[in-house]
Amino acid sequence: MSIGSVPLRYRISVDHDQCMLCERCIESCPYGVFRKEGERIHVNSRVCVACHRCIAMCPRDAITLKERPVDYRSHPLWTPGVREAIYNQARSGKIILSGMGNALDYPVIFDRLVLDACQVTNPSIDPLREPMELRTYLGKKPSRLKFRERSGDTVLETTLSPNLMLETPIMIGHMSYGAISLNAQQSLARAVTRCGTFMGTGEGGLHESLYPYQDHMIVQVASGRFGVDINYLERGAAIEIKIGQGAKPGIGGHLPGEKVCADVSCTRMIPEGSDAISPAPHHDIYSIEDLKQLVRSLKEATEWKKPVFVKIAAVHNSAAIVAGIARSSADAVVIDGFRGGTGAAPRVFRDHVGIPIEAAIASVDAKLRSQGIRNEVSLIASGGIRESADIAKAIALGADAVYIGTAALVAMGCRVCGTCYKGLCPWGIATQRPDLVARLDPDTASANVANLIDAWTLELAELMGAAGINSIESLRGNRDRLRGYLLDERIMQVLDVKSVGA
Amino acid sequence: MIYMCGIIGVIDRSRQRMDGTGIRAALSRMDERGSGEGAGYAAYGAFPDLCDYYALHIFFDNPHETKPLVIEELSKWGTIEHQEEIPTFEQPGVRKVHIPWRFFFKPDPRLMPRSTTPEDDIVMYLVMKVNTSIPGALVYASGKNVAVFKASGWPEEVADFYRIQDYQGYLWIGHNRYPTNTPGWWGGAHPFNLLNWSVVHNGEITSYGTNRRYIESYGYRCTMYTDTEVVAYLFDLLIRRHGLSIETAVTALAPPFWDEIDRMPSKQQEIVRAIRLAYGPALMNGPFAIVVANHDSMVGFTDRIKLRPLVSGEHGNRLYISSEEAAIRTMEPGIEQVTMPRAGEPVIGRFLQ
Repeated sequence: MSIGSVPLRYRISVDHDQCMLCERCIESCPYGVFRKEGERIHVNSRVCVACHRCIAMCPRDAITLKERPVDYRSHPLWTPGVREAIYNQARSGKIILSGMGNALDYPVIFDRLVLDACQVTNPSIDPLREPMELRTYLGKKPSRLKFRERSGDTVLETTLSPNLMLETPIMIGHMSYGAISLNAQQSLARAVTRCGTFMGTGEGGLHESLYPYQDHMIVQVASGRFGVDINYLERGAAIEIKIGQGAKPGIGGHLPGEKVCADVSCTRMIPEGSDAISPAPHHDIYSIEDLKQLVRSLKEATEWKKPVFVKIAAVHNSAAIVAGIARSSADAVVIDGFRGGTGAAPRVFRDHVGIPIEAAIASVDAKLRSQGIRNEVSLIASGGIRESADIAKAIALGADAVYIGTAALVAMGCRVCGTCYKGLCPWGIATQRPDLVARLDPDTASANVANLIDAWTLELAELMGAAGINSIESLRGNRDRLRGYLLDERIMQVLDVKSVGA
Repeated sequence: MIYMCGIIGVIDRSRQRMDGTGIRAALSRMDERGSGEGAGYAAYGAFPDLCDYYALHIFFDNPHETKPLVIEELSKWGTIEHQEEIPTFEQPGVRKVHIPWRFFFKPDPRLMPRSTTPEDDIVMYLVMKVNTSIPGALVYASGKNVAVFKASGWPEEVADFYRIQDYQGYLWIGHNRYPTNTPGWWGGAHPFNLLNWSVVHNGEITSYGTNRRYIESYGYRCTMYTDTEVVAYLFDLLIRRHGLSIETAVTALAPPFWDEIDRMPSKQQEIVRAIRLAYGPALMNGPFAIVVANHDSMVGFTDRIKLRPLVSGEHGNRLYISSEEAAIRTMEPGIEQVTMPRAGEPVIGRFLQ
């Protein structure tokens, strides 16, 4: 082999003074890093993905992991990642697959925005002592109300469209059964039910065991139509048409056949063991008017009782695209930024296609307002929401609510190793192997996810109170309460925020 | 943005007119709430002889330079019946940095054929146009039969500067300012006025960024660098353009909490929920007490948790609303009934006929 082996990504070492040969590391690692020979644990670091399962399970803290133990000659342009991708493709001639979100070192706009608080001229509001409202309604809102007087009574003439009611503006995004395990989906479903919010099914159908939580589930219709029938549509609290995804704008989905076990095959309505490949476009949507037909067909099928969402990846022209979607009878638009996670995406798309959610939300909100149609749709921001401050900032930039994905998985143990596409997730999340799935206990995992949503909700309430705001709608689009810190002038114009000190 | 401030309003329901002496005394009683950097008054019924004309009040920096531009703009849209420099009288504490002027203007409704209220819409358009495109000219009032007096100074000085005792009105509102954001700027003094709406406001609207973007999507332009003007625009939008009642508009701006709504009888619940859904971006957050007036009524209300004071009192045909009871008692020592409205609950005074 002319290229030879590339240097190790990770070096695992075992402190043999500490090791008590319990072999938990061997049991933990589905990639086969550890083996016992004689009275000693040996390692094969080359297959390690840095999932930390062994480290988390070792009772003696005897395992250490070091990233990039071998230096390349340093070079700012020819980074180790770039060189290794070339070696890899020189050998295979194939597209490189990757997981999780964008891994390039772009500046994070959220981290260059700071929030406001009240001092002296108005009082901050203490959420422990005063009401604080995070309740959020998603869906079309009337632009004005009409009332009629009837025998001294005021009667509302305007008919309201169906809306979803959330107790907190935090939802969990679409991760399908197939991409993640049933235990993982159940954990998420129990968490959103407890927190009074919603989660997406992804394009993987709705498993029977999730029916008890269906009032908190948004069922997805994507280009492969996997798992879609009238039963599925009728069970969901809302329906979401997925056009694109932030991690891979412009291309379809791919679930490797290894993950299509019997149960997944039934739920998705595809043959067992077959790759589930969703095409890049919907084959019945080649233009905005086709989207409108699909939105209205789904509404017709469900008797106009459910909101229909449309999800797109954040791309350069998002503002105009969303303005088109807002005219299609859709009730909400999900915009997925280029940091959005994924189980599997070509590396070149994950790292290079799309725009950050902060800029997309800001420009979409402004465009809809300038056309007087902001009330026609709710905006859901997703892709790279890491903490409550990100949510506050996304809402201040114009979002009605957010979807979280990776953060919810991290709450269940995920270490963001980015190897979801291999189907061997040692945390029982992104896998269908029964022994691995069994590692995820829905009782514990659902409590962890619900705790995370509760904690962020509390933090949001505190942030709002400090800003003298007691209702989430007064934070929405309130860019006056943000300041840009070392953002360039042009980006601040797009975000419509002032600089710190201004 | 503004914080402490004192506000007052009085309406005579039988349309008996009052001169400005009483409100001057009442507002001066609240000097503790101001800083001598801004005060103002509005009188409804002040121009009975010209009551069919829009009284456009303009601060000119240099009238010889900018007045011709304003006249040119107005002449495109209607006719100027009468114009005059507003009489002022030198006061030690008031530096005359602008020349206040008023035009009595009749718009030509044929020029805005697509509107159902063409005259109002022409005047609103002109206000936004002048304020955004003619530097050195600021339209600070534009109603019919409404006089607005404001400047930088203590309430008594501003009153004497304009001699408001020479004006008669059946509804007066006044404001004593403690500015933090644009001290000394006459445009920043209250009342804020647009068409027949006038607003005095004590507080800081923390939702200003949301409210401004909402109202601007309906063609309004915020040009006063302060949060109060959005209140006038919101009232104009909700009541004049959307046809809501005052009660409904106040519910939109300072709605009950969801907990409370969830406990309401179903019909009321449906209405209030719809108001919150449709008018969420109009909800005003942060501490405030506000008095809003027009030719039909005067309404006072506070934010949803009443972070600013507001009391009201009644005497005969007169209803008073103020930050302080002492101010009301200064105007009407024999006041019988003084009440403190609850958070978000409007106090409304309407004319009898």
